Amino acid sequence: MLILECPYCGVKAEETELSPGGEAHLKRFGPGSTGEEFEAYMFARKNPKGVHFERWRHAYGCGKWFLAARCTATLEVFGTYSAQTTEPPAEIVEKIKAKRPDWKGTK
Amino acid sequence: MKRYSVFAIAREALRYHQGWEKAWASPAPKSSYDAIIIGAGGHGLATAYYLGKNYGITNVAILEKGWLGGGNTGRNTTIIRSNYLQDPSAAIYNKALSLYEDLSQDLNYNVMFSPRGLLMLAQTHHEVRGYLRTVHANNLQGVKTEWIGPEKVKELVPIINIDGPRYPVLGALYQARGGTARHDAVAWGYARACSAMGMDIIQQCEVTGVRSENGQVTGVETTKGFIGTKKLGIVVAGHSGQVADMAGFRLPVESLALQALVSEPIKPCMDVVVMANTVHGYMSQSDKGEMVIGGGTDGFNNFTQRGSFHHIEETLRALVETFPMISRLKMLRQWGGIVDMTGDRSPIISKTPLGNCFINCGWGTGGFKAIPGSGWAMAELMAKGEPGPLAAEFNMWRFREGQFIDESVAAGVAH
Amino acid sequence: MSTRLAKGGRLIDRTAPCEFTFNGKRLKGFGGDTLAAALLANDQMLVGRSFKYHRPRGIVASGAEEPNALVNMGQGGRFEPNQRTTTTELFDGLTCTSQNHWPSLEFDVGVVNNYASRFLPAGFYYKTFIHPRFAWKHIFEPVVRQSAGLGQVPKDRDADRYEQAYAFCDILVVGGGIAGLQAALTAAKAGKRVWLVEQTAHWGGRAPVDGVEIDGQPAEAWVKNTVQALEGMENVTLRARCMAAGSYDHGYVLCDEKVADHTPGDGRPRHRLWRLRAGQIIAATGAIERPLSFAGNDIPGVMLAAAVRDYLINWAVAPGDRTVIVTNNDDAYRTAIALKEAGLEVPVVLDARASVTGELPAKARAMGIRVEAGKAIAKVKGGKRVTGVAICAQVGQGSVLEEIACDAVAMSGGWSPVVHLWSHCGGKLRWDEAQAQFAPDKARPPLNHDGAALVVTAGAASGVLSAADVLLDATDAAGGGVAPVATAPQEAAMEPVWIMPQGAPVDLRMKMWLDYQNDVKVSDVQLAAREGYTSVEHTKRYTTLGMATDQGKLSNINGLAVLADSLSAPVPQVGTTTFRPPYTPVTIGALAGEARGEIFQPLRSTPIHAWHLSQNAYMEPVGLWQRPYCYPRAGETHEQAVHREVKNTRTNVGLLDASTLGKIIVKGPDAGKFLDMLYTNVMSNLPVGKCRYGLMCNEQGFLSDDGVVARIDEDTWLCHTTSGGSDRIHAWMEDWLQCEWWDWQVYTANVTEQYAQIAVVGPKARQVLEKLGGMDVSKETLPFMQWADGTLGGFNARVYRISFSGELSYEIAVPASEGRAFWDALLAAGAEFGMMPYGTEGLHVLRAEKGFIMIGDETDGTVIPQDLNLGWAISKKKADYLGKRGQERPYLANPDRWKLVGLETLDGSVIPDGSYAPAPGFNANGQRNTQGRVTSTYFSPTLGKGIAMGLVKGGLTRLGETIEMTKLDGSTMQVKIVDPVFYDKEGEKQNV
Repeated sequence: MLILECPYCGVKAEETELSPGGEAHLKRFGPGSTGEEFEAYMFARKNPKGVHFERWRHAYGCGKWFLAARCTATLEVFGTYSAQTTEPPAEIVEKIKAKRPDWKGTK
Repeated sequence: MKRYSVFAIAREALRYHQGWEKAWASPAPKSSYDAIIIGAGGHGLATAYYLGKNYGITNVAILEKGWLGGGNTGRNTTIIRSNYLQDPSAAIYNKALSLYEDLSQDLNYNVMFSPRGLLMLAQTHHEVRGYLRTVHANNLQGVKTEWIGPEKVKELVPIINIDGPRYPVLGALYQARGGTARHDAVAWGYARACSAMGMDIIQQCEVTGVRSENGQVTGVETTKGFIGTKKLGIVVAGHSGQVADMAGFRLPVESLALQALVSEPIKPCMDVVVMANTVHGYMSQSDKGEMVIGGGTDGFNNFTQRGSFHHIEETLRALVETFPMISRLKMLRQWGGIVDMTGDRSPIISKTPLGNCFINCGWGTGGFKAIPGSGWAMAELMAKGEPGPLAAEFNMWRFREGQFIDESVAAGVAH
Repeated sequence: MSTRLAKGGRLIDRTAPCEFTFNGKRLKGFGGDTLAAALLANDQMLVGRSFKYHRPRGIVASGAEEPNALVNMGQGGRFEPNQRTTTTELFDGLTCTSQNHWPSLEFDVGVVNNYASRFLPAGFYYKTFIHPRFAWKHIFEPVVRQSAGLGQVPKDRDADRYEQAYAFCDILVVGGGIAGLQAALTAAKAGKRVWLVEQTAHWGGRAPVDGVEIDGQPAEAWVKNTVQALEGMENVTLRARCMAAGSYDHGYVLCDEKVADHTPGDGRPRHRLWRLRAGQIIAATGAIERPLSFAGNDIPGVMLAAAVRDYLINWAVAPGDRTVIVTNNDDAYRTAIALKEAGLEVPVVLDARASVTGELPAKARAMGIRVEAGKAIAKVKGGKRVTGVAICAQVGQGSVLEEIACDAVAMSGGWSPVVHLWSHCGGKLRWDEAQAQFAPDKARPPLNHDGAALVVTAGAASGVLSAADVLLDATDAAGGGVAPVATAPQEAAMEPVWIMPQGAPVDLRMKMWLDYQNDVKVSDVQLAAREGYTSVEHTKRYTTLGMATDQGKLSNINGLAVLADSLSAPVPQVGTTTFRPPYTPVTIGALAGEARGEIFQPLRSTPIHAWHLSQNAYMEPVGLWQRPYCYPRAGETHEQAVHREVKNTRTNVGLLDASTLGKIIVKGPDAGKFLDMLYTNVMSNLPVGKCRYGLMCNEQGFLSDDGVVARIDEDTWLCHTTSGGSDRIHAWMEDWLQCEWWDWQVYTANVTEQYAQIAVVGPKARQVLEKLGGMDVSKETLPFMQWADGTLGGFNARVYRISFSGELSYEIAVPASEGRAFWDALLAAGAEFGMMPYGTEGLHVLRAEKGFIMIGDETDGTVIPQDLNLGWAISKKKADYLGKRGQERPYLANPDRWKLVGLETLDGSVIPDGSYAPAPGFNANGQRNTQGRVTSTYFSPTLGKGIAMGLVKGGLTRLGETIEMTKLDGSTMQVKIVDPVFYDKEGEKQNV
């Protein structure tokens, strides 16, 4: 039963207030993209056992989407941040590196 | 292998059961094999078994990082059915069901397959149409199912409430051949049979790397050292993505927690399996007397084998509404497993970018019922290097083509 | 025999006698008794039968760890099987019966399994019942099932209600013994918001029973003062009868408060399920005593030593007149001393340790109790009750030295910390060699969301057993401070004893029970090890050890140790099984809560809902909505009602409550651009005042929703969605706006429930509106596919000239608050025109007659607009829209896809729902080939024949062809491929 702090309204939201939205920072491929690109956009997922970046919506709260950095093996949350970004903020990356020295980064 | 029978029991009883041999050997790994299968769950063991039985390939190792049958094989709600809508699904699940029917005799191990019948309740008009569609499809697929009305549902399941105020039961999709089996026994029975054929089941042996040359796998790095192989089968369910990553390719798979629970045991009161997909819960009664209950998955990636409790509450609300008598039973134990979900929630039995490496994954919430069919099809793929008809459409490139095998369309969810 | 003593009993109220029945026998107890205590007070030691061998079973424990003493309790709507008597508070009028026997508890036919037990070792069922194939299901399984199971099946609907509640705290302390009280006090003094829960009705735990002194006063007094202090603090909440069932991630703890189990029918909810969010959990959950494994240790009268002490001191019940004590530690001597002090006989204390030196044994000896060091029980004698023990040396094979008559045996094999809450979320354990126990490894706790320790343990749960250490540990766990000082006798070290005697031969090991309820013996675990089921999980599952309703509270460690011994491995190498919630079983009703019947799920209702009910409409669930399917009149079937409604709409005028239709406002400078991405066609060029039908696809390209879009003003559009789709589509819009095109200036609002929307449909629709009066609804002013604001009958209304039936149709939106009044006004105005309401099924028939598709019927998540001949609604000019790339994939672009057609039988009958069109031949898997299927099929009252739509390979290029379609009985029928528009093909009627 996760708790994630919504970066918009500041509420420590319980999982039942939230809707999960899958992997974050996917780049959309539309018309003109190759079969491989489109397939990767739609289906290939990192699905890491460890540090993961994912989308959540504060569905029964402020309604905003936000992003979370979370460990899928321990459920530790490293931070939540705005959905309007293409990569995790530096301070969250630093925090993860400090806590998970083996982490290979966002790639 | 000494055969199991009532006479063997009697003989052993006289000497206080001191003479039973090991059900399976626990050898050290050899330096190389004709085939290695990663994962000694039901699917991996069945693959090995049919490699030996159907193709005579017995120089096989099955590597297991934990204990055999310790993943989803030993964590599911043991439902067996083949009333699937889409042709490829119906084919492989029905193959599995047919093999289950003879499995105890085939393995000389009682897996307690119990064809007690399975009902999928229709509680909206939309669901009625969806299940009628399934019956028509099943008839053409050679899968015997039927549509039954609410009175017949009540007759088969006296403890059910068919006229609830919100979602009265309008009928059900009934598969009389469906049922349950003892999940651990399936793994143990296959393991014993594999071991008897001379295969090596190596537990506590985690694969840490896949070695390949020129697009061909040469062996695997493990916690017990490097083991060479001519062919590799990856059959590791929730951890498929991790092993595929070692082999250098990515899968359209995500790992989610799926939960189940049992009540305390009571005397027999329900002799069929009931699934209620609109309200979302399903229940059967084990031979021990426990009500075995399951529901939906979490929506986020999770490797902890613990799910979120609100799903348990939702499932129990649905089932108390459907079976009011369970309100005064008690939840004895709840647990979770990690299921691997593909883009269309149907499995993958496929060649991979590596020529002699094959993958079997993505069974999602419905893997147990497929075990014998999945092993049969995967063995064929590994032995021949090309998929047979059972596996053909479950290739991992279907997502690029857009050729989904989507079972959710009949209002049902895959369990 | 077991009896109630004339004096004592710290928890009973002798002025409050209670009468209860057991198997119909009328028995007496006192307020404050547990059911188990009261049964023992009435010499009812035999209380049930075991699971597999149906052996006689007596009370073993005094708390949640009890494996045997489970009963069917209550009657009718308050009947509940498997109630644990040791945790059930006695009340006047309680009724219960024993379980798992036939015909009676005293004489049980099932005990035949006991005599055949040699032929029924662990896992025997995997090796037998294999042939012939049909026999398992039809012969063996029914027998197995009938003899398994424990309690009876509840028959009636639960008469009680259950409440659920949320609470939040900084620190949740679980366990109201001295450790829990001290931890709570420490945390509360530090200003934390504290919750303290205790599963029993009493505070203080074991300390008052064990004669502990704290700060110079008896534990009982300290407990009382501490509880008082806590009750006086505003930041503390205390809950007794409240069991912490499980700890879940991020501090979510489920607590089951038994509000009225002991006062049934008093009007209060029976249980209250607390969902607590705790910043940290302090598990002060104590420890559980382990049995010893000797032959006959399951015979009624063999009990845990501490339980015997509990019954004696708490409830003034002596389980026996002559009690033999058998132990490997000093603690059991407290029981010997207490029994002696109560004037009962203790013929001998058998201590497996070679030398016995502690203060407690010295005191026992001083009281004249015979203490035998290095001795063990070779065998307990007796059937349904202990009659004596045979004594042997612990070192050896069990040669009997002496037999002693007794009617009870109190055993102690040491203590195991209760680590469930620590382990539920992944806390790791370490093996404590000195006390032979798994204790929390404080270096590897379960983690909270911030990576800090989620759980700390306090007191015996940490593995510290002396009262002084318990209080120190508890103080530390809660952040530190000055701990009160407890004094108790010094105890000498215990010595692990896993089998008694050490060299017991197999015939004795086959009589040593590990799991009393499931009948798992030492020999069974050894057999599992011999057969290669060497992982602890394999052993557990093969033998069923620890899988009974006590979840192995008594058996797990003993079983592990026997397994380790069989494998010649140290215990920690064998490891433990996973601890799973709940700690003790939780009533399912409490987990389901109040959501039953009408309020089983939230109900969404339109402003006109009450009217529908008042007309006896047949309602159907559509998502969380309830919508009228039809309005049957007296004597009408649903089918007849639907036909009447359809015909009347075609000939006069119908009225439909369309309020559930999704309504989403999309507004802003970039709204047009956004809608052009969302819909397959162009919406940005829709003129203000006009309506346009649009399709939405997901990124895969599959059709996901449809509806009419209206341009309200220069930068505002109103998008209608399907009834089931409004929330999903609104979330979908927000997803794209917030996560992909966040620089686009667009606002969305889901206003579905802000409006009542009513469709007035049929040739006389305009006359009805004109009768109401107000705005001009003529063809000239308000033509087809336009909308206008105005008033109708005095109501502010927005009127859309759109049609889902092919008839002249107005969909009129009014504020939700005026919806019912407007509906009534329409009914009144329409009366003279023969207006009748119609339901969702009529709606379906009307649209099918016109060949309009329905999301969910013609689509199923695998259908693209092109399949439905909706290419006209897909813009060829747009560079991009959601789904465009997906539709370019080979399988979706394949011209051979099944396409929409109309279908008609040759004889006018109705094609069955779900019917498929077989094609010649079979596929590689032996399945019949197919070439199409029906998607919607109805009897058309307008045309007097069956009509249908379907998806068929080749689509409309096969117009006029006849194909076969399946019937449910397996036969087929002849079906002609026709135009899917069956009624008013030119569309004249809707455009008048």
